[in-house]
Amino acid sequence: MIRYELLELLKETLTNELVVCNIGSPSQELHAIDDQPSNFYMLGTMGLCSSIGLGLAMATDKKVVAIDGDGSVLTNMGTLATIGNNHQKNFILVIVDNGSYGSTGDQPTYTGGRTSLAKVAEACGCDTVVECSAADTPDAVKAALAGDEMTVIISKCDSGNRKCPVITMNPIMIRERFMAEVAR
Amino acid sequence: MAKDIDRRIIQDLLDNGVDFVTSVPCKQLAGVIEVLDETEALKHVPCNKEDEGMGLCAGAFMGGMKPAIIMQNTALGVTLNSLATLIQFYQIPLPMLISYRGEVGEPVACQVEMALHTKALLAQLNIPTYHLHHASQVEELPGILKHCQMCSKPVAILTDASFWGSAT
Repeated sequence: MIRYELLELLKETLTNELVVCNIGSPSQELHAIDDQPSNFYMLGTMGLCSSIGLGLAMATDKKVVAIDGDGSVLTNMGTLATIGNNHQKNFILVIVDNGSYGSTGDQPTYTGGRTSLAKVAEACGCDTVVECSAADTPDAVKAALAGDEMTVIISKCDSGNRKCPVITMNPIMIRERFMAEVAR
Repeated sequence: MAKDIDRRIIQDLLDNGVDFVTSVPCKQLAGVIEVLDETEALKHVPCNKEDEGMGLCAGAFMGGMKPAIIMQNTALGVTLNSLATLIQFYQIPLPMLISYRGEVGEPVACQVEMALHTKALLAQLNIPTYHLHHASQVEELPGILKHCQMCSKPVAILTDASFWGSAT
């Protein structure tokens, strides 16, 4: 199962939760599948999805789901230490781990080799870390949303992307409609 | 050991609505960070790298908080993409309190190398930049913080060795 199929499966789970979505193909696919004001699309800034999600979770009581990727987390690995030392009960980090840099042509990342982000997250102090298949990810996200624990979900996916249009929405529009959802 | 100037800077942040601060430390900023950690009304989340910190600030802002970042000028290079594609592109107000290492009074020669690029990089990014060279200039801080919120931009407040050396 590739990321696009996982995002399709997550559509019925992520109805009005606040979602911060990783740059490039992930945001384009989510936008094509289920554009909502409660989605914050990153149009740039590789690596910061989990950081934006954590900062947001610190500022709101609502559930925040960051949909990040293995390549992105590898580029900002310190984020797991910050997350592990600043537990936010309303924060769920979903790392779509397809072992590749999807947006740039599926070049392999080190998580397809010897590196386990689940073990890194645990070693960084994240208490609830779930590694599961893409097919099992919707249930893991549902459980995390129903629970009261900060959860890091590493969703093992196949490498690959679905061709979706580039997001042409104005960044201020993305931010303002998202902030209206946060404040709702 | 915190000085009056450190307490004044933190009070100015508070008075101007800042309630979320991320930081990577610098020796010159140690007193500010010490007061920050004693100030419950300011949420302090240390980050590991300054671009990570800008992500935290962007999230906190969208959650309704007023963020600021405390960092050293040598880290400016790692924040360029975050400044351009996140903070500026999405128009997020972000005061950056920056220790301006490598200016007169600097004991470490290597620090001068990034000092030479600091203002050029900030100018290239069109970031409003305020260089505080004497402790008395701290009185400009409230105005700078208001200006930052008014224009919804990142602004850089450079504080050099003379500023900290003249402070009490």
